[in-house]
Amino acid sequence: MPPGHCATPPGGFAPVERFLACVHCGLCHSACPTYLALGTEADSPRGRIHLMRALQEGRLALDADAVRHLDLCLGCRGCETACPSGVAYGQLIEAARPWIEERYRRPWRERARRRVVVRVLTTRWLLRALLAPLRLLDRLGVRGQLRPEGAGTGAGAYSRLGRGARVGGAFRAIARTLAPHASARLAAMLDLLPASLAPRAVLPREPASVDGDAAAPHLHLVPGCVMPELCGDTVRNTARVLAVNGWRSSVPRGVGCCGALALHAGDRAAALAAARCTLDALVAATPAENAPAIVATAAGCGAMMKSWGELFADDLARAAAARTVAARVRDATELLAQAPLSPPAALSPRRVAYHDPCHLAHAQGIREAPRALLAAVPGLELVGMEDEDLCCGSAGHYNVLQPVMARTLVERKVAAIRASGAELVVTANAGCALQLEAGLRAAGLTIPVRHLVDVLAEAYAGS
Amino acid sequence: MSTTIAPPPALARELAAIVGADGVITDLAARTVYECDGFTLERAVPDLVVLPRSTEEVARVLRAAWRTGVPFVPRGAGTGLAGGCLAAPARLVVGTSRMRTIRAVDVPNRRVIAEAGVVNAEVSRAVRAAGLHYVPDPSSQSACTIGGNVAENSGGPHTLKYGVTANHVLALELVLPDGDVVPLGDGVGDGLGYDLAGVVCGAEGTTGIVTAATLRVVPLPEAVVTLLAVFATVAEATTAVSAIIAAGIVPAALEMMDRTIVAAVEAAFRVGFPTDAGAVLIIEIDGDAAGLAMTAALIADLCRRHGASGVRRAADEAERAALWKSRKRAFGAVGRLSPSYCTQDGVVPRTRLPEILVRIEEAGLRHGLRIGNVFHAGDGNIHPIVLYDERDPEEAARALAAGRDILRACLELGGSVTGEHGIGVEKMVELGLAFTADDLALMRRVRGVFDPEERANPGKIFPTPGACVEQRAPRRQAAL
Ligand code: SF4
Ligand code: SF4
Repeated sequence: MPPGHCATPPGGFAPVERFLACVHCGLCHSACPTYLALGTEADSPRGRIHLMRALQEGRLALDADAVRHLDLCLGCRGCETACPSGVAYGQLIEAARPWIEERYRRPWRERARRRVVVRVLTTRWLLRALLAPLRLLDRLGVRGQLRPEGAGTGAGAYSRLGRGARVGGAFRAIARTLAPHASARLAAMLDLLPASLAPRAVLPREPASVDGDAAAPHLHLVPGCVMPELCGDTVRNTARVLAVNGWRSSVPRGVGCCGALALHAGDRAAALAAARCTLDALVAATPAENAPAIVATAAGCGAMMKSWGELFADDLARAAAARTVAARVRDATELLAQAPLSPPAALSPRRVAYHDPCHLAHAQGIREAPRALLAAVPGLELVGMEDEDLCCGSAGHYNVLQPVMARTLVERKVAAIRASGAELVVTANAGCALQLEAGLRAAGLTIPVRHLVDVLAEAYAGS
Repeated sequence: MSTTIAPPPALARELAAIVGADGVITDLAARTVYECDGFTLERAVPDLVVLPRSTEEVARVLRAAWRTGVPFVPRGAGTGLAGGCLAAPARLVVGTSRMRTIRAVDVPNRRVIAEAGVVNAEVSRAVRAAGLHYVPDPSSQSACTIGGNVAENSGGPHTLKYGVTANHVLALELVLPDGDVVPLGDGVGDGLGYDLAGVVCGAEGTTGIVTAATLRVVPLPEAVVTLLAVFATVAEATTAVSAIIAAGIVPAALEMMDRTIVAAVEAAFRVGFPTDAGAVLIIEIDGDAAGLAMTAALIADLCRRHGASGVRRAADEAERAALWKSRKRAFGAVGRLSPSYCTQDGVVPRTRLPEILVRIEEAGLRHGLRIGNVFHAGDGNIHPIVLYDERDPEEAARALAAGRDILRACLELGGSVTGEHGIGVEKMVELGLAFTADDLALMRRVRGVFDPEERANPGKIFPTPGACVEQRAPRRQAAL
């Protein structure tokens, strides 16, 4: 048994020691976005730990009430940062979720919704197919025209398509059939889309350096499921910024999903299946003599891969490889801040607020690196913001499954951004950037939101 | 007796009409998490939890409860350590977690009006830009609420120089058990007439529900110096404490942690404590920059003369913040050493610290338990932390017994059974030892002025004949 691996009681999901680590002090309350929003202790970390333990011990029935409070957890792990007792909340909730899915039958609608969302987000061709109509609209330059100022870009586009004057008849027909069925959740999902979609990222299969230096150290990029489709620029810019700093990078064939989305949805089997492919691909791509670092472009993927050792603990054939691979994973900002940064050129002077992505700050403990990188760009002035590390409500697919809470949280964030006086918001995770952008747009604000890597790329483009 | 009356279903409907359906918690799952606060040895699941959003809603809720004869338990963030908000014998919990508005920030007059559910640290945050802060800083300040602070008359490390919550409360808004809203205090701290706000501070919710407090905020000290002194033994550290005070120095804070706690804290926060030290002192002085250097040198000298192997000065604000974070989160960090722990809270005259430490050690040996010590050394407020495993009922019983022995020792040494955590349900028996029956009767009469029917948090503070953990009130169950 690996160290720290304690016995889980039969029929349970977590070793009782993990629960006992919680001393019920409540210091995590004020770090929990859902407790701050609702004030109900069942929606606080301590409350959820209490619930999970009561469920495991059979003191409480697994009913809709209990499930609701656990579903509402963002998995942001802000509570772990706040907890003095070292409670591994993330591991508890991640173990509880599959356990719940196995035992609790959700209403069919919800079941279908959950399955569809995870499936779409983690299946590249499906996502691509769904985004195609919007891309076409962007290409034709009409998505903006279909949308009154300040309104959502995506759902608005679908529902107003029918009225769009310059769009082809067939398209209009499809749109007309689609629009009435666009549920609030679909709307929420579509409203998250950026104002215009960047071209898809073509994944670099061969490592390239800036000056063709074949001896430059080599990295493996894991671009995630959604980013290449939705944030192609950021994937490209990651490779470019790394290249400027002397790294060659490539995406090994077969590298796809890290398993995080499925795991957070409680589908452990799907998570394992997806992660297994990516793990195997990374192992196969690793030359025996020099194992390159693995760079995750999304904070959630980085956090997941760093804990692959835990995920694969029971897969004897892969456990060791998973641990080795996990130890090589770095976030792009983490890697860049490790060595002296190739000096970026000045950008136009602006006050910048930095939003900590949960899976970077809380799950990986990376807070200083992104700030240091921002500070290295002449012209940018980092200003403080209240609750910089409080979840924005994006949380993987949370904003799609829990649109109401997600909106509450992003509104809080928008208020903090507004109060900070920032003229630019920078974050280091694409999902957060989309969520913040949508939130600011909904509030009628024009403060831009950018991924740190995009900012660096812009600064390098100028030098 | 009225105190055991459960809220009838009709009351839930009436309350929902007042606070909205989402403000009334009836489902078992959500109620279960309210079964205890930071004191987990006793538990009782409430029948109903109601979360009003305003003073007016609190008043209407209490009026409805009053009419139906249902007693209630106020609750803030549930971070209390003595079971003060245990839902027994009253089974209706009125929580203030949704009353989080800071009503006024009055910088010229240096006061803040905060609703009961505002978190302690947020008060300082609201006035930070103006160079002010709210002084009482209990260890749980990042989570505990102003309402709870008033109920427990909370202290904190800086109590030594600046006093407890009551010293910083200028006025209170109190909802009496019958739903009447009464303002107490004039908001300027003139102390005209009886200090009724002072009576409510520390009453542990037995006078009604405090819905807002006008708090004094003061300028941040011009300069602060924080020292860390390392000793080989706890005895040396405590004599150094006495020497510092005897030299006429009033530190802003003077805290001690023993070897056990230092190890836990270091594991949790890695601030660079020497884990082989027998005890460390965190000494903070504040005031004008010029005088501080001299005082710091004097303190360092006194520490060394009493055996300190090293005295370090926090180099910058970051290092100072790290030291305090580790100290304030020391209780929680103990979770890394042991499956469960029970924090005790007692007071002895400062000069008797060495004696009480011996008694604590004896109690640990007698009951076969490990006990760590972290305390506000400057004012003799001790916090022995008894480590045990809640899965072993016999060990849990020994933990309780060890705690009692320590509190009794505090009384024998001329001290008190609580410095800042309150009586709650945990120390009702000890209160009976500390005061005569006449004293207690008088206190009850004071309470009766506010709450003649004992509807507000009944069954707390005052020992009822024969009541102790072994003989539990109905529906109160220990988690053993
Ligand atoms: S801070 Fe940690 S130990 Fe305290 S209640 Fe929260 S999870 Fe439990
Ligand atoms: S993970 Fe986030 S949402 Fe979930 S309990 Fe912890 S702080 Fe709250």
